Amino acid sequence: MSDATTAVGLTRDEMAGRAALDIPDGSYVNLGIGIPERVAKYVPEGRELTYHTENGLLGMGPSPEPGLGEPELINAGKRQVTTVPGAAFFHHADSFVMIRGGHIDLCVLGALQVSEQGDLANWSTGAPDAIPAVGGAMDLVAGVKTIYVITQHTTRTGEPKLVEQCDYPLTGPNVVDRIYTDLAVIDITPGGFQLMELVQGVDYGYVAERTGADLIPIEDDPRRVDT
Amino acid sequence: MIDKRVATTAEAVADVFDGATVMIGGFGEAGSPIELIHALIDQGATDLTVVNNNTGSGEVGLAALIKAGRVSKMICSYPRTANSTVFPELYRSGRTALELVPQGTLAERIRAGGAGIPGFYTATSVGTPLQEGKELRSFDERDYVLERGLTADFAIIKCRAADRYGNLLFNKTARNFSPIMATAAKTTIVQAQEVVEPGEIDPETVVTPGIFVHRIVTVPDPAHESELVAAGVSYP
Repeated sequence: MSDATTAVGLTRDEMAGRAALDIPDGSYVNLGIGIPERVAKYVPEGRELTYHTENGLLGMGPSPEPGLGEPELINAGKRQVTTVPGAAFFHHADSFVMIRGGHIDLCVLGALQVSEQGDLANWSTGAPDAIPAVGGAMDLVAGVKTIYVITQHTTRTGEPKLVEQCDYPLTGPNVVDRIYTDLAVIDITPGGFQLMELVQGVDYGYVAERTGADLIPIEDDPRRVDT
Repeated sequence: MIDKRVATTAEAVADVFDGATVMIGGFGEAGSPIELIHALIDQGATDLTVVNNNTGSGEVGLAALIKAGRVSKMICSYPRTANSTVFPELYRSGRTALELVPQGTLAERIRAGGAGIPGFYTATSVGTPLQEGKELRSFDERDYVLERGLTADFAIIKCRAADRYGNLLFNKTARNFSPIMATAAKTTIVQAQEVVEPGEIDPETVVTPGIFVHRIVTVPDPAHESELVAAGVSYP
C-alpha cells in the first residue's frame, strides 16, 4: 500500500495533455482559468480548435511575446493574449449567446468537488468571510454541450474531491461529463463514477480508495461492448 | 444639427445625481473609462448603484470611486481581482452592498433592459445558491429561473472612435459590456480616443449606432489601469 506522499500520478501539465487528446478536431472550446488553460499547448498536430473567451473573442491565440502585449486584448482571466487569423470580437451578450445557446462544443474547468451525479462545485468554498465571485462559470456549465473537469484527485490534505454529494455551493447540478485527475480518467454515468483509464503506476484499488463514492471498474462499464 | 460632442469630461458627467444607477463599461481594465470615472469622483455624486463586471483594481478608476465612498451597491459577477482590495474592505464592513450575478446573466439582463424586455428565463444558476428567491419555471422538461432586465440612469463607456452622431467603434476586447450598456441607459456618456467626420466610419462596421449615445468627449490618450496601479497612483 502506497501512502499519499508517494510520487505517482500525472503532473498538472500531463493532466492537461491527457485531456487535450480527447478534444475533437474542429471544436469550439472554452478553457477555464488555471490548469485548463494549459490544454491548448497539448492539442495534437493536425487538429484545429477555435478558442472562445467570455470577454468577447473567438479565435484566441497564445500569450504575446514579452513587450508586445496590449492592455485591451485580454482573456477572461484578464491575462494578455493574442488573436489568430480569422478571429472575431463581439460584445458580452453575444459572447454568452455562444455559451448559453449551446454553440460552444466543449469547456474545460477546474473543480473544488465533483459529485457522482456530475454536480460541479468550483466557485465558492462557502466560507463566511469570503467575497463571493462567480464570473461565467455558471453560464458555462448550463450552456456548453460537453464539460470536462481537470482536477487533482484529492485535496492537499488527502480528502477526496470526487464525492457522493458536494459540500460546497454548486456551480451547476448534473453538468460534468468527464474528469481528468492525476490518477485516472473518469466518466460521469447514470450509474455514477465510471473508471475509464488509470495512469501508469496506480491500480483500481489505489484510485477507489481515494474516491469519495463508488468507482465502477473499467471491466464493469455497462456501456462496454466486447468484441 | 446633431452634435453630441461636449468639451470636457466634467461637462460630460455634470448631471449624474445622488442615488443614480450607473453602468460602467469594461472588463478588468479593458474598456474601463478611467477619465470619465475620475471626473465623476470630482463631480461628487454619491449613493450610486454601479453595474460593472468587476470592482476595479488598485486605487484608480472604479476602485477609486468605491474607495471614495460613492458606491452604495455593486451589481457584478466577479468582485475579486488581483490588486482589488478596496471593495472587499467596504463589503466586509457592510458599507457597500453586493448583488452577485453570473456573468452571462448580467450581460443578458443589460441586453434585455436595453431591448425593453422586463424579464427572461435562463438555466444559468438553477440548482445553485444564486437561484434563491427567483421564480422557477420548466420548459420542455428543463428548469429555468426568471431574471429581470436591467436599466440605468447613466452608462459611462470608452471607445476607440466616434462621430458626432454617436456611431462607435471599439478596440479589441475593450468592447465587452459597453455596446449593451449603451442601449440600457437613459443617458449614455462616451469617452472616445478620436472623433471622426460623419461618413468616415463605414456604416457596415458601426458597432454601436448613434441612437444609443448622448454625449461624447474626446480623450485622445487614455490611461491604462494596470500602468497606473503599477506606478502606485491613487486618485484623486
